[in-house]
Amino acid sequence: MKTNRPVLLVEDDTVDAMTVKRAFKELSITNKVEHRLNGVDALDYLRKVEVKPCLILLDINMPKMNGIELLENLKEDDELKTIPVVMLTTSNDDKDKLESYNLGVAGYMLKPVDYQQFVQVMRSVNMYWTLSELPD
Amino acid sequence: MKSNQPILLVEDDDVDILSIERAFKELNVSNPLIIRNNGEEALEYLNELDDEFPAFILLDLNMPRLSGLEFLKTYKAIDKVKWIPAIVLTTSANHRDVCEAYGNQAAGYIIKPLNFEDFKKALKEIIDYWSRCEYPDFE
Repeated sequence: MKTNRPVLLVEDDTVDAMTVKRAFKELSITNKVEHRLNGVDALDYLRKVEVKPCLILLDINMPKMNGIELLENLKEDDELKTIPVVMLTTSNDDKDKLESYNLGVAGYMLKPVDYQQFVQVMRSVNMYWTLSELPD
Repeated sequence: MKSNQPILLVEDDDVDILSIERAFKELNVSNPLIIRNNGEEALEYLNELDDEFPAFILLDLNMPRLSGLEFLKTYKAIDKVKWIPAIVLTTSANHRDVCEAYGNQAAGYIIKPLNFEDFKKALKEIIDYWSRCEYPDFE
């Protein structure tokens, strides 16, 4: 990524979270992955932490507070609304896609089942967010 | 992104427009490029759309009449088109512009590389990323 600040991963599936971390390692992405299991924990982390993450990778279907609900909260918060959010989900639902984009997400990726394809998605995410400036 | 979905370029500089057209050709990007020279013209274009929405918008910042940031703020308040991602493509490395763009839902902020080969590489990464992205289907 453009900066070395952490990437926040909001994901309730621990296997998927491990896959993201493994792909980061394989691609030599040095940003630390901060993993939270749902929207409530993510929001709590974001409001408390001093060095905000440079990017948020966000799942949709999660307990307590789902990805769309977290997005609504983020975009209403002046301190958090500038952090780019990329959806990383298995939901192929048009309603989820439209709602996410309407709330200003900076990408919507379907999680590939195949690990090598997953690495390719992460590679593309990393290249794009290395090219792109990030707010500080 | 589907291969026939247009890409909207909002740019007032003829040399940059030519570079992008040339890069798209060399990268075999088949998506039609719709060009508008300022925010006002781009807004008119979006307002008249009922289908064939662009996959994304490549947006310059410094333009006459309606600037890139003003255009961004305006169209992100229009229900029909606010979902369309906007990627800022500019020479401005101004940190306030970066924050304001992201605060108004920009989906990327790329500083135009001066050299054509680097510019082409940047466009390739942009296309690669947005080709992997899912979009809402209006059909």
